[in-house]
Amino acid sequence: MSWCELPGYWLGLEVLERYGCRMADGLVITMQLVAISSLLGFFLAVGLALLRLRGPRPVRWAIAGYTTFFRGTPLLCQLFLIYYGLGTFRLFWQDVGLWWFFRDPLYCCLLAFTINTAAYQAEILRGSLQALPKGQIEAARALGMRPVAIFIKVEMPQALIIGLRPLGNELITMIKVSAIASLVTLFDLMGATRLAFARSFDLSIYLVAALIYLALVEIVRRIWNQMEARLTRHMVLR
Amino acid sequence: MTTKRAFLAAMLAAAAFVPGTASAQAITEIKIGTEGAYPPYNNLNAKKELEGFEIDYMNDLCARMKVKCTWVVQDWDGIIPALLSKKYDVIVAGMNATPERAKRVDFTDVYTSTPIAMVGAKSITSTNISPDALKGKTLGAQGSTIHMNYLEAYYKGSTLRPYPTQEEANLDLLNGRLDYIVADLEALESFLKDKGKDCCKIIAEVKRDAAIHGPGVGMALRKGEDALKAMINKAIAESKADGSLDKHAMKWLGKKAIQ
Repeated sequence: MSWCELPGYWLGLEVLERYGCRMADGLVITMQLVAISSLLGFFLAVGLALLRLRGPRPVRWAIAGYTTFFRGTPLLCQLFLIYYGLGTFRLFWQDVGLWWFFRDPLYCCLLAFTINTAAYQAEILRGSLQALPKGQIEAARALGMRPVAIFIKVEMPQALIIGLRPLGNELITMIKVSAIASLVTLFDLMGATRLAFARSFDLSIYLVAALIYLALVEIVRRIWNQMEARLTRHMVLR
Repeated sequence: MTTKRAFLAAMLAAAAFVPGTASAQAITEIKIGTEGAYPPYNNLNAKKELEGFEIDYMNDLCARMKVKCTWVVQDWDGIIPALLSKKYDVIVAGMNATPERAKRVDFTDVYTSTPIAMVGAKSITSTNISPDALKGKTLGAQGSTIHMNYLEAYYKGSTLRPYPTQEEANLDLLNGRLDYIVADLEALESFLKDKGKDCCKIIAEVKRDAAIHGPGVGMALRKGEDALKAMINKAIAESKADGSLDKHAMKWLGKKAIQ
């Protein structure tokens, strides 16, 4: 008996014992999807937020359009547009040598999730950067700091204090909405659960899946508490 | 005891759906669940009307049984759970009476038996569809179906993809993401006559595996609804005897219902 059958065995839940390994594989895919897309999305969002605030006017407008579109339309719709919509242009993708990317549902999901979360994270960061008092930057300039150093050492640490909780909320949202990956044939945690349910018709497997998602969210919440304590350690009253 | 309980259950079912008018013996109204996305068996047409072999056939049976029938459209993934939670009383949706499903629901007598086939690109010349020959290929089927179960059971060396509906699997074959799809032959034929005309063809028929595919297509009911089951079985038997089952099958499937 392998380790992933044990939880079901201990709980005396036959369906979890039979599909425990599929659920474990699914959990790995869900975590990969969320971790990679959120991280890539964050780096993208830093650039987008900066350009949105300080770029040339047409770039600012373009980014405003991008965030409006991706925050204003359902993620499922975006995913289907990428997976089925872009998927119809196979000959074009083969010509440009990108078919391997659009053929794979995992990559399509990563692309959809990344550009979606980047839009949200960019707006969070833009708001956080705008909330900083002007005096901070002026003081840093008066000290002779260069713009890049000001951004990394003065602005970002303070913007992250403001933006940390909303960014955490965005990550939690991503964990939950990643379940739609199962609709484009991926066996993520939800996909594995649907398979187990379709075979056993035992509803308790959905409860197990819900508890696993809940545990993931709880872990993120605790990590975020630690990160906030670390980032604000200079502000704690002694 | 069991007949008494079944009788009670039938009474309760009748009472639940026709409040006030339920008589002691007769079932006067049944709700039928179907998918509405599986032509030519059952399909919602452009006018949002149900049409297909099973729709005509079941309406025929309803007239025979002198009951009022109401159709309910339900996604395939939830089609058995919705039966169990009494959203309708019988599933008529091309459902194969597999041993796995029979653990949860009862099946009526088989009214059709569908050949199963694999479809792939026209450029494929080999008709060998053994698991060894398809190693490393990408195979698709509708999720929660006998076809997906069949792939899971035998094609472990291939990449398997489950789709919410058959139409999405067809679309991905068309897009070239899939090398093969497996489904009931008639469903595939109606795809090949339509959107799949230029891209694809039937590669080979899949041999039925009794343990996975079951004996054929039956209607699913909740366990214990023996009065309803007996009534429907009687109507099915009559329709087989007088040729009206085959009449509907000829119209929609172009052949007899049971080969």
